[in-house]
Amino acid sequence: MISQRKWWFVLPGTVLLLVFLILPLISILWPTFYDGQLTLSGYIDFFGDSFNRSVLWRTIRVSLLVTLLCILFGLPTSFYISRKSAKTKGILMALVLFPMLINSVVRSFSWINILGNNGIINNILVNLRIVDEPIQILYTEFSVIIGSMYLFLPLMITTLIGVLDNIPGELLEASSTLGATPSRAFKDVVIPLSVPGIIVGSILVFTGTLTAYTTPQMLGGNQRMMLSTLLYQNAMTLGNWQDAGIIALVMIAITYLVMQGLNYVAGRLDRRSGGA
Amino acid sequence: MNNFKGVRWIAYLVFFFLFFPLVIVLVTSFGENSVIEFPISGFTFKWYENALTNDAFINSFLLSVQVSLIATLAALIIGIPAAYALTKYSFPGKTMMKDFFLSPTVIPGIVVGFSLFKFIVVQMQMDVLTGLYIGHFLISLPYVIRVVGSNLDQLDYSMEEAAWTLGATKIQTFFQIILPNIRNGIFASFMLAFINSFNNIPVSQFLSGPGVTLLPTQLMGYIEYNYDPTVSALSVMLMLLTIFLMFLIEKALGLSKIM
Repeated sequence: MISQRKWWFVLPGTVLLLVFLILPLISILWPTFYDGQLTLSGYIDFFGDSFNRSVLWRTIRVSLLVTLLCILFGLPTSFYISRKSAKTKGILMALVLFPMLINSVVRSFSWINILGNNGIINNILVNLRIVDEPIQILYTEFSVIIGSMYLFLPLMITTLIGVLDNIPGELLEASSTLGATPSRAFKDVVIPLSVPGIIVGSILVFTGTLTAYTTPQMLGGNQRMMLSTLLYQNAMTLGNWQDAGIIALVMIAITYLVMQGLNYVAGRLDRRSGGA
Repeated sequence: MNNFKGVRWIAYLVFFFLFFPLVIVLVTSFGENSVIEFPISGFTFKWYENALTNDAFINSFLLSVQVSLIATLAALIIGIPAAYALTKYSFPGKTMMKDFFLSPTVIPGIVVGFSLFKFIVVQMQMDVLTGLYIGHFLISLPYVIRVVGSNLDQLDYSMEEAAWTLGATKIQTFFQIILPNIRNGIFASFMLAFINSFNNIPVSQFLSGPGVTLLPTQLMGYIEYNYDPTVSALSVMLMLLTIFLMFLIEKALGLSKIM
């Protein structure tokens, strides 16, 4: 009786996922391998194109940089928040969550106001006569990096806080009693203990940046394409569903590999520290 | 702690980085000039009026609320029993099953959008609105599985047995014992899924058509051709909505619980 019921509980969801997620996925991926016969020629052509390759490298480069920047700025911030009293911590967490819950169009738009040709930075530069005419900041790789970092830094911070909260304060007191300077304590105590959080956060930030659409579209435009914007252009503007499907598979593959890879590293570290 | 000076300064810098752009949007929404400028000249509410009288924005907002609400509720109805079975019972392939239910999060939104567009709209010849409901259901489901699932993990199932012993039917027990005990998880997953669905772009971008556009897509299209403070005003209103939703979550179960 009971063994029957559990299947009824998971059945509707399973059917819906199979019909509306897996089947549609197959319908876009299958044609990239098969045109009357099994072939990889679509992939060979796709990667043979230097423009496609440059988009791929840009996407990986930007995702990597954004991840590193998020660790660099997120870790100290999370540490700062985690050492506050419960009440202050609640307020600071709310402040971090707030930008995260705002629409990504609004978030990108706010950066257009700052980085655009009539934006704040250019206005200041022109008014101070540092430059004669506005410099191009929007639609560069730099603006995509800033926008993506803005998108994912809160995610890194909230992920890290969970781990840093578990570092007992006594540990830091002990290290300072033993003569460690704050920077030494941060480097030798805090950072090693936060590695699991850094790994989870990095997976989220890297795959998030790699697959984000809104920010590269609004801040990178057609000049600085990323895989997601190239996919959209191929699918909806060029009607090239073959290439759109190939990009889809490349995105899924990189996401999967990064997750598996970092999870493997996390598992190894876990075992080395005695499963703690 | 007070000695971690570098840490403190980086934290200040990060908070500045996170809020400066939003403050700029807030300030520019009151500028009288019809292009966005900072600092602003004059003070006016006319851009708010502009945003609130724009039919395209109003209609897409209403459609967004409708799609997110229905898709999220559907995800709860389908997801809660699944989360219950996946937590309570043990059966072969359970981990795989759980991963399968969470798979919409692993597949990039832009890919979900494209594959749904091709499958639902092009191959099945269904309308984009149906596609929107399905797409938003798909991206909402993992939140229910994850949040309700972790809530169920902490549930004491002996309560259930006690109710059975006292003569309650299995259905009664589920509705009167299990559901009330996981209501916080249900509420949290509903809010998270709703916010995520309401804010979604990649899935919605592929599935819009004449008269069927969700607010974020509408907004993105507007920004492409216009650069006036109407967008700032609308952004500020969306921020207020976010604050309101955060307040609801905080009241119901505390913000820290949703992480």
